[in-house]
Amino acid sequence: MDWTILIYKTIFLFIILLVTLLVAMYSTYGERKVAAFMQDRRGPNRAGPFGLLQPLADGVKMFMKEEIIPLSANRALFILGPSIAMTTALLTGVVIPWGGIITIGGREFSLQIADLNIGILYVFAMVSIGVYGIMIGGWASNNKYALYGAIRAASQMISYELAMGMSIVALVITTGSLSLHEIVAQQHGMNWNIFYQPLGFLIFLTCAFAETNRAPFDLPECETELVGGYHTEYSSMKLGFYLFAEYINMFISSAVIATLYFGGYNMPFIDQLGLSQNAVTLLGTMFFFMKILGMIFLFMWIRWTLPRFRYDQLMNLGWKGLIPLAIFNILATGIFYYFTELS
Amino acid sequence: MEKLTNRSRVVSDKKMTFLEKIYLPAIVKGMIITLKHFFSKKATINYPEQKREFSKVYRGQHVLKRDDLGRERCTACGLCAVACPAEAITMIAAERKPGEENLYREEKYAAVYEINMLRCIYCGDCEDACPKEAIFLTDRIVASQYHREPFVYGKDILVEPLDPEKRIDVSARQTESVRNFKLNKRFAHNK
Repeated sequence: MDWTILIYKTIFLFIILLVTLLVAMYSTYGERKVAAFMQDRRGPNRAGPFGLLQPLADGVKMFMKEEIIPLSANRALFILGPSIAMTTALLTGVVIPWGGIITIGGREFSLQIADLNIGILYVFAMVSIGVYGIMIGGWASNNKYALYGAIRAASQMISYELAMGMSIVALVITTGSLSLHEIVAQQHGMNWNIFYQPLGFLIFLTCAFAETNRAPFDLPECETELVGGYHTEYSSMKLGFYLFAEYINMFISSAVIATLYFGGYNMPFIDQLGLSQNAVTLLGTMFFFMKILGMIFLFMWIRWTLPRFRYDQLMNLGWKGLIPLAIFNILATGIFYYFTELS
Repeated sequence: MEKLTNRSRVVSDKKMTFLEKIYLPAIVKGMIITLKHFFSKKATINYPEQKREFSKVYRGQHVLKRDDLGRERCTACGLCAVACPAEAITMIAAERKPGEENLYREEKYAAVYEINMLRCIYCGDCEDACPKEAIFLTDRIVASQYHREPFVYGKDILVEPLDPEKRIDVSARQTESVRNFKLNKRFAHNK
């Protein structure tokens, strides 16, 4: 075992963890600002300059709140729920290629923690386990609203995971690889997958909204019908974990979308600039984060534009709309590549 | 029947076209609207730092004026209390003692003069009723309190300070036309 690699991976892991938490923290601030601006308000601007310390204040508030575990709740599962939600949300970041290769002292370090050859499947596995966090938390609360929220979350995620998976199948037909590193490498320059898979991108985006429980698909925590949904009984930092996990999920899905469809850390015209490899990598990582922030803004933009779906509309859209569309997309992609590869 | 607004639409249940069915054009249209609002001017004012400009003749907290020599103008006639539709004003009159000529302008003055700021509706009728040009509404806001008692303002708050520097300016409301109106004997309260 090479020790430098081990140390490097550990440090990089911590950096990614911190960056993820930081972005998620400031997403809560960004969300409130975007919401305010779209409603002609100003948003938080009291804590620190431009209200930049607001996430810290919110965090302190969450920690100071009284911790309540209902007597009728299942104690172990009640605590397990938010832990799973948080852990799985954080785990997904491992396979995402955050940048190219950096050379320090003649050694090459890749800005990706684990280059799994089935990277996409890993992402899917983690997202699927994320449902358990909500499901277990909702069930363990022993509250009808929490249970309703949990059931909605579970059925919604199962329905939309199908269409999401199938839109990925079409993407895999185009790229011929399941490894995220490989997929990004193929999209060098402006050769982005969105130009090959526009329909697949739309399906994936819609499903990503549903998977992260964001508006217009935020039925699991639909406050008008279900009080607070699956986290009705939660308080203090356990509630904070649930809310935070949602923002981490948003960040990670933005990263996945940017990786799969927008060329990851690839920049257009990067070869013509004639920079050294380290500079190219750093620029690429910055560009990647710009794409991610753009996607996060899109998530918020949609949330403050569209009203919430009704539950039957949600299921209709998932089963009767997106899944047939995804199958059609696979077929069209398959036929196209079958004939172009023959000739 | 005449329509109340020009925005009413006749409801129809016609089949949606393909473009309407896939929702995307409508979603994009909505997103453009929200984006326009994103960059539009905000309606909110950063209150404690920035204050909204009042009208020149804003009707806020009352002031009991002194004359140029620093004597209280109020003669406790009670016309303001009678005029007050909210019955917010109470007063107790007293006779001026010899040697108090530098304090009170008239032979009778208000020993107690109270306005209940929770009852007051800031209509300005007291000001109209006053024959002595003693009470005016100003552009000051009545401060908020945790209890009801402090809202009953006595003479300690209402009478303007003696110091000529700290006098409260009511020139916006005490214009020449207002003064002429008060002096005009045709009006009932000046007879």
